Amino acid sequence: MEFRFTEDQRLLQETVRDFLAGECTVDFVRGQWETETGRSPEFWASLAEIGVPGLLIPEEHGGLGMTEIDLVLVMVEVGRAGLAEPVTPTAAVAAPLLRDCGNEALAKEWLPKIAAGEAIVAVAQPTSPLVPEAECADLLILRSGDGLYAVPAADARITPQKSNDPSQKLATVEFDPQPAQLIASGANADRLETAALDRGALACAAQQLGACEQLIQMSVDYTAERKQFGVPIGSFQAVKHQVADIKVALEYARSHVERAAHSVAQDVESRSVDVSMAKISAGEAALQGASTSLQVHGALGYTWEQDLHVWMRRAWTLDLAWGETAWHRERLAEALFDGGPPAVSFGFEPAA
Amino acid sequence: MDLKYTPEQEAFRKEARAWLEANVPSEKLASFDTKEGFEQHREWEKKLQAGGYAMVPWPVEYGGRGANLLEWLIFEEEYYRAGAPGRVNQNGIFLLGPTIMDVGTPEQKARFLPKMASSEEVWAQGWSEPNAGSDMANIQATAIKDGDHFVINGQKTWASRGAFAHWLFGMFRSDPDSTRHKGLTFILVPLDTPGITVRPIEKLNNKKAFAEVFFDDARVPVEYQLGEEGKGWDVAMATAGFERGLMLRSPARFQDTARKLVELYKETVASGAYVAPELRRTVAQCWMDAEAYALNTYQTVAHLMGGGKIGAEASLNKIFWSELDTKMHETALKLLGHRAELLPGSSAAGDVGEWLDGYIFALAGPIYAGTNEIQRNIIAERILGMPRK
Ligand SMILES: Cc1cc2nc3c(=O)[nH]c(=O)nc-3n(C[C@H](O)[C@H](O)[C@H](O)COP(=O)(O)OP(=O)(O)OC[C@H]3O[C@@H](n4cnc5c(N)ncnc54)[C@H](O)[C@@H]3O)c2cc1C
Repeated sequence: MEFRFTEDQRLLQETVRDFLAGECTVDFVRGQWETETGRSPEFWASLAEIGVPGLLIPEEHGGLGMTEIDLVLVMVEVGRAGLAEPVTPTAAVAAPLLRDCGNEALAKEWLPKIAAGEAIVAVAQPTSPLVPEAECADLLILRSGDGLYAVPAADARITPQKSNDPSQKLATVEFDPQPAQLIASGANADRLETAALDRGALACAAQQLGACEQLIQMSVDYTAERKQFGVPIGSFQAVKHQVADIKVALEYARSHVERAAHSVAQDVESRSVDVSMAKISAGEAALQGASTSLQVHGALGYTWEQDLHVWMRRAWTLDLAWGETAWHRERLAEALFDGGPPAVSFGFEPAA
Repeated sequence: MDLKYTPEQEAFRKEARAWLEANVPSEKLASFDTKEGFEQHREWEKKLQAGGYAMVPWPVEYGGRGANLLEWLIFEEEYYRAGAPGRVNQNGIFLLGPTIMDVGTPEQKARFLPKMASSEEVWAQGWSEPNAGSDMANIQATAIKDGDHFVINGQKTWASRGAFAHWLFGMFRSDPDSTRHKGLTFILVPLDTPGITVRPIEKLNNKKAFAEVFFDDARVPVEYQLGEEGKGWDVAMATAGFERGLMLRSPARFQDTARKLVELYKETVASGAYVAPELRRTVAQCWMDAEAYALNTYQTVAHLMGGGKIGAEASLNKIFWSELDTKMHETALKLLGHRAELLPGSSAAGDVGEWLDGYIFALAGPIYAGTNEIQRNIIAERILGMPRK
């Protein structure tokens, strides 16, 4: 038993952090708001160079063959940078889905392209009628009836929808299911869909940690600079204690997220509930981070010009993606009270 | 990351489980906040010691079994699973003991640790004074050296179990001209020293187990000084870290309470009694938070076993467990409805009175070991680097 990341995993995290600090500046993120697609193929290509889209793809298909334990640290950095490129649907959800779905031909066709940064895949979420990234996707994984389909973008009718978070690209999608596009049906489709949901939720939770860290940092920096009554406002306890409270929420959410990464990577029995706890706690920490940061920034935080809302909106968006908090709370409650999927205490084993 | 126990760890768990199943008293002991319960708990501690489980992570030579922190966590899990009694000497075994191991002389280790492990000597903690609560550096009790003794004068207060304890540890001002954190010395004081008067104070739970301690020219040998003279603050900070951090508040305790809360929720719903709809989520949140606490502790242990240290992070811990404990008990009382007013032992209370007891105990959590406001200051200033004044 050792609940710790390896040096190599930390190194990967640092590499991605440094890369994003240089390439994914807030000016870049805001610049993307103004472009037509909101997405940058050049940027995606450089992400592919450091291996991000292919992290979970087996080496024989051109990926890095890593697990969610590695990915989770990368996603924290994605959240810290406010990066909204389709890392979650493509790298965290679609890649392992195509890897695990049992359709060799499909895996062979798409996994190398994903790893090389040449294909983006959008995935429908069972908890929402909106499909993020459909507009820029080459392939869509969609549900119809009891089947799960892999649909080339050209075969789908995509209607863009405007999101409250300009970083996010939402769409509604219609399609006519073709037998040739069927990946799985019945129980197998359900299994893949639940795994996809768990992976998407985990990726969001990790990003929420990163966004929350960024919100804390912005609050700490701003309140050290801004003076009222002749002193930095950060020296007031009413300000300090609010920021300290986000830090508490963040650190305990982090423990849930890191355990959930292990649960997904190892497909343990309590995987779904572990993921729900990660999503609930990281979501709440990020929302608390957003509202507190806004409060300590005063009216300046309430402007479009100030960068705070880049992360504030990410926090709101991520909270709704891959199962809203309320949805995950219900899944947890069912596990605890109604004999739903098992919830297992860590370490402690109650007497019968 | 490897979240599986090794075969040795599994074997240790099994062994501890078997011993506890065979030895944990079947009758609940009286509260260790009463004279009778205090002695019953010391008997239990003696038994634990005989079984080799009094202080699992201590070195064998001091009465422990030389286990690592992870095995200690496993033991604690089994301890709460077995419903074993609270540790009457927690100030000694969890706080002072590790401090003596860090800074004590070989003679001090040999003199104090084995008797602490067996609870032959039970310890009280003497930080607080009437004017040194949150402002812990404002210590006024003095210990002035006179030959090979310290002469102690002044007062300590709020010493838990001080009413029955044998020894007290605390900081005293050894340099009368000093102020604040300087000139303090950490001293171990036998409470039967002439010149010491212990006055019990009744607590919110209506037990006389707090004490205030008056020192009137009490002479304590210099060999009971722990760490360097004048450096008592540094020694004490290490001890306080143990108290806020993981030693005192092992996760299994909260996981066990959370499990009971889930059971209480299910029973209450099944009984047909009215249950406010929001409690479903509150109970689930409590269970989830207890899990977070356990996960975080395992991560801290991995960090420590990998050679890392913890400092101000203990303050995150302290806020989290104390608020969790309060929330769990508050939630239980809401589920109990009118039954929540019955004291344990009332015939109509059944076993639900435990929750009320636990609630009153939990209320102290945000106050002792440094109030949560003080912990928030520490987090803001020392972890986040926000401006001090
Ligand atoms: C059950 C229990 C057991 C205890 N056991 C022991 C023991 O064994 N040994 C021992 O030495 N002590 C013990 N204590 C005492 C405990 O450590 C103190 O009560 C605690 O440190 C607070 O000090 P105080 O009571 O003097 O409160 P005060 O310091 O007077 O504080 C009162 C209020 O003011 C707030 N406050 C004070 N200063 C600040 C500040 N700078 N910023 C923001 N808010 C502030 C506090 O947070 C608190 O809310 C125990 C207390 C309890 C309740």
